[in-house]
Amino acid sequence: MTTVGIKAAAYCLNFAPELALHYGGTPRQERRAKPDSEFLRDLPGRAQTFEQAAAYAPNQAYIGAMTLEELAQAPAPWSDNPVREARFGTFGEIMPEDEFLGLMDICDVFDLIWLEEGVAASVAAKLARNPVLGEKQLARLEKGRPLADLEEAVRQHALPLYLHGRLAGCCRRAHDTDENLEAGVMLENLASKASGVLALLHLIRNAGLAPADIDFVVECSEEAVGDTMQRGGGNMAKALAEIAECVNASGFDVRAFCAGPVAALITAAGMVASGARPNVAVVSGGSVPKLYMNARDHVKKNVPPLENCLGSFALLLTPDDGQTPVMRLDSLGKHTVGAGASPQAVTTALTFDPLSRVGLRLTDVDKYAPELHNAEVTLPAGAGNVPEANYKMIAALAVMKGQIARGDIDAFVAERGMPGFAPIQGHIPSGVPYVGHALEAMKAGRIRRAMIIGKGSLFLGRLTNLADGASFILEAPGMGAGAGRQVRQEDVTEMLLTALGDLAATLQKGR
Amino acid sequence: MDLENQQRIKDAAEKYGGENIVVVLGSSDPEGAEIYAETVTMGDPTFAGCLAGVPLGLCVYHVLEPELKEAADPAKWEEQIGMMEMVLKVDALVAAVRKMREANSKFSL
Repeated sequence: MTTVGIKAAAYCLNFAPELALHYGGTPRQERRAKPDSEFLRDLPGRAQTFEQAAAYAPNQAYIGAMTLEELAQAPAPWSDNPVREARFGTFGEIMPEDEFLGLMDICDVFDLIWLEEGVAASVAAKLARNPVLGEKQLARLEKGRPLADLEEAVRQHALPLYLHGRLAGCCRRAHDTDENLEAGVMLENLASKASGVLALLHLIRNAGLAPADIDFVVECSEEAVGDTMQRGGGNMAKALAEIAECVNASGFDVRAFCAGPVAALITAAGMVASGARPNVAVVSGGSVPKLYMNARDHVKKNVPPLENCLGSFALLLTPDDGQTPVMRLDSLGKHTVGAGASPQAVTTALTFDPLSRVGLRLTDVDKYAPELHNAEVTLPAGAGNVPEANYKMIAALAVMKGQIARGDIDAFVAERGMPGFAPIQGHIPSGVPYVGHALEAMKAGRIRRAMIIGKGSLFLGRLTNLADGASFILEAPGMGAGAGRQVRQEDVTEMLLTALGDLAATLQKGR
Repeated sequence: MDLENQQRIKDAAEKYGGENIVVVLGSSDPEGAEIYAETVTMGDPTFAGCLAGVPLGLCVYHVLEPELKEAADPAKWEEQIGMMEMVLKVDALVAAVRKMREANSKFSL
């Protein structure tokens, strides 16, 4: 059995209500269609403050400032019951929007982001205190420009960037005629790049490594990086690695809609397992268009619009040293072209099939991590409780396969599920947010086996009607080949007999 | 109901005639199922799509309704739908769609 270690994890949030209000896909479309709508009028007044976002329980769970057990105990609705505010957690941080604008400037190598000079000075001082930003990164931050320069740029073609409703910067276009390099596209790509860099920097710190130790970066967001001749040309990965000073790394991007992160982990694990590249980071930044995606429903139903953070993550894959939890590569779940599209076919392909291939039952998995969308965001938008629906499907499948009784569905869901806590950022909720918590739970001996499941809506790209999915089993260190490699009495006896036989032969030869 | 699906249903009704069409819903929540059923009978209640103000009065069922289950091959049903039958609130889904059908469908099975 082939296994690959997951040595460290990082998860970050970039609080960005102004980016959400102006460049989130839903408000942006509304502004074009009905600029004076009630929705747009009411939305800014409903926004969370940074302090509220930093005291919002699911955000705290995402950055590792709260365990999932604590989250499950936290009183609902979470939006009305703030917890202790924390900027940093075990895995990463939640960063305010002004610092994020500075971080975008740090990550911009084509002078596209301009900050107002007062804003630039103020964020420079704040970013200098960030534990993961080094001199090389801070030196990339520019001094900023007078407000009049920004106003002029915005009058021409640049997109305004705001803080508390005031012009604080702008994002310029990268070409005068190329639609794939226009200001809006560049803003989305730079925001994804900056949030990805933040996660990568936290990962390097959490792993106790130097940037130069990273051999390869696999990036798995949903952005298309390129110009008019090659719209999705790519390599966000190497662009992230450059800013993080990973001088010995190269990289590439993996795209599979929301299944991208799991697909990227499997890709990276293949490289590590083959010995081709020992320290591989799998990274993704967040998505600007998904900010405030469901805000229309939230405003209508008078609940806070909570899609105000870009989410990012980074995981470090290393050879299995027996000390870290591992990905098993002998039992990958794959939603094949021929599998069909019914929920039953998909769930079977991603859970039952890979488990039974290695002699495991659905009840041998302690925790399942499917799409971990925060239900406080999806329920008011009519999209249901996504993780709960997934858990019920897995439990129902277990009933059909005769592995649990029908009356045990609720217990299965309660025991092997978890509340959704991930920001609704497409690829971000897709199983991976649990990996960091799983590493902690495995180190503490609370769980031994988890399954990470990603699913992607390929049909959104209009090239196929298919969806996709991928999954893998994560196991505690030292389980070796899982059930298959546990030492049995017969194995020990056989080994001893062989050794004694060899000894006898050697003694006879010696005589 | 998304705009493209509205268009497909409208096109099909024009091409084949409303009396020759049954819309089978697979939605997972009763509220959504009711809106879909309303859209293909009375018209799009959100006034966003091409069925806004177009009462097609089509015959509409949820896939979990007993009439459809009885007509289906039991093995296929078990393979494709058995799991979701355990997961979803079947009674509420059936009630939501039946109510809309009985009040507003001009055609029947």
